[in-house]
Amino acid sequence: MADKIPILRIENMTKWYGDKEVLKDASLSINKGELKVLIGPSGGGKSTFLQCINFLVKPDRGRLWLDGREIVRARKKEIYEYRQKVGMIFQDFNLFDHLTALHNVRIALVRVKGMSKGEARDRAILELDRVGLKSYMHQYPAELSGGQKQRVSIARALAMDPEIMLLDEPTSALDPELISEVLDVIRDVRSDGMTMIMSTHQIGFASEMADEFVFLENGSIVETGPPEKILYKAQYARTREFCSKITELYGNSF
Amino acid sequence: MEEFFFLQPEVVSALVKGFYVSVKLIVPSAIFGFIIGVVVGALMVYGNAFAMAIASGYVLIFRGFPLVVQLFIWYFGLPYIGIYLSPFVAAVLGFSLCSGAYQSEYVRGAFLSVKTGQTMAAQALGFSKIKMVLFITLPQAFRRALPGCGNEIIYLIKYSSLAYMITCIELTGEGKIIASDSFRYTETFMVIGAIYLLMTSVAAWLLHRLEYRLQLPGFEQYS
Repeated sequence: MADKIPILRIENMTKWYGDKEVLKDASLSINKGELKVLIGPSGGGKSTFLQCINFLVKPDRGRLWLDGREIVRARKKEIYEYRQKVGMIFQDFNLFDHLTALHNVRIALVRVKGMSKGEARDRAILELDRVGLKSYMHQYPAELSGGQKQRVSIARALAMDPEIMLLDEPTSALDPELISEVLDVIRDVRSDGMTMIMSTHQIGFASEMADEFVFLENGSIVETGPPEKILYKAQYARTREFCSKITELYGNSF
Repeated sequence: MEEFFFLQPEVVSALVKGFYVSVKLIVPSAIFGFIIGVVVGALMVYGNAFAMAIASGYVLIFRGFPLVVQLFIWYFGLPYIGIYLSPFVAAVLGFSLCSGAYQSEYVRGAFLSVKTGQTMAAQALGFSKIKMVLFITLPQAFRRALPGCGNEIIYLIKYSSLAYMITCIELTGEGKIIASDSFRYTETFMVIGAIYLLMTSVAAWLLHRLEYRLQLPGFEQYS
């Protein structure tokens, strides 16, 4: 499948915080329908990398192409349009606290996409139904459990019809009992063919679905490859060490 | 019953007239002050360096100059450059700008209290900065700013009494005339004070009702 044009291509993305280089020349390209999973120790640059990909954090260097078109960061309007095509799921959900579940999903459809309120409402209800939360649509975030909040945030991202989704440790802030309901939703979205880049410590779940693992440490991509290779036959000792620890902790599906 | 002379019809009608003038000063000043506060507060948090400098300069000057001095400048100073304001307009202008400077600090604090995750989520969905402020952070900040902004409105009700210094005869001004005509300073100003107390009590009650109505799960102010 070498002739496929990658849906997203990132070249040499670099980010400094003060004199600390938190992301070093990270390059990655992903084809339509693929799932790439970022693994690595906390503070290794996974979040920064994901946030640089949709420019929530401004990379100091690096280029990025979506569908073969380069996104020029200086053009604000282009960034706003680009971000609509890139769904983002945060570790701590970040639902809009003053809006009900329904309005959380609806607001960007109306205010950003310019949809009519009725049409946006129908779409929002459809997406909430898809994540199994239609009956909770009138609840405020403060009235939802962590797992429910994360499912609403997935519905909110899906309603925008993104071409790719970035998931930044979507289950890390959840009670163990709530993790599976979120993973089930992610699995559903994945089986509908959504392209995704996800950082996670849920190594078992990730290895069952990912096309490729990307091991990041100290801001550098150390190694990439299919899950079974990274987990069991990694080239670098550091990758092997991390993977053996994390499989011990979170289990695996092989 | 000579002590109750000031309940005579002309005294009552003077006080009622003064009361109306006060209300006519306070209501627009509170509204303009609040609007200025929101705009300036938002600029101080979300504006570029230039907008921030302008906003901070405004707050510095209008919080730093005594209000009476500001009123004197608007009413007695502007005619030197050919601008003539009526006492009423000069008072509303002075009150609005002064109140706005104070309000902006409450609003700024409220904007800063909105979690960064909220703005990140909005940006990730493609919101422009101005839409993000209007639809995401302002509705949250507004709820958090209300107690502080209400405090400023209560304060405004009382400093509206300075309007008589530039010949806009409101409640205190009428009181001063009655008192100096009758030499009944204590009685007159006790009544005037009680009327201000009534106004601030009504304002406090209305503000509490507003806070209550805007209460949402996660934004409780009362337990």
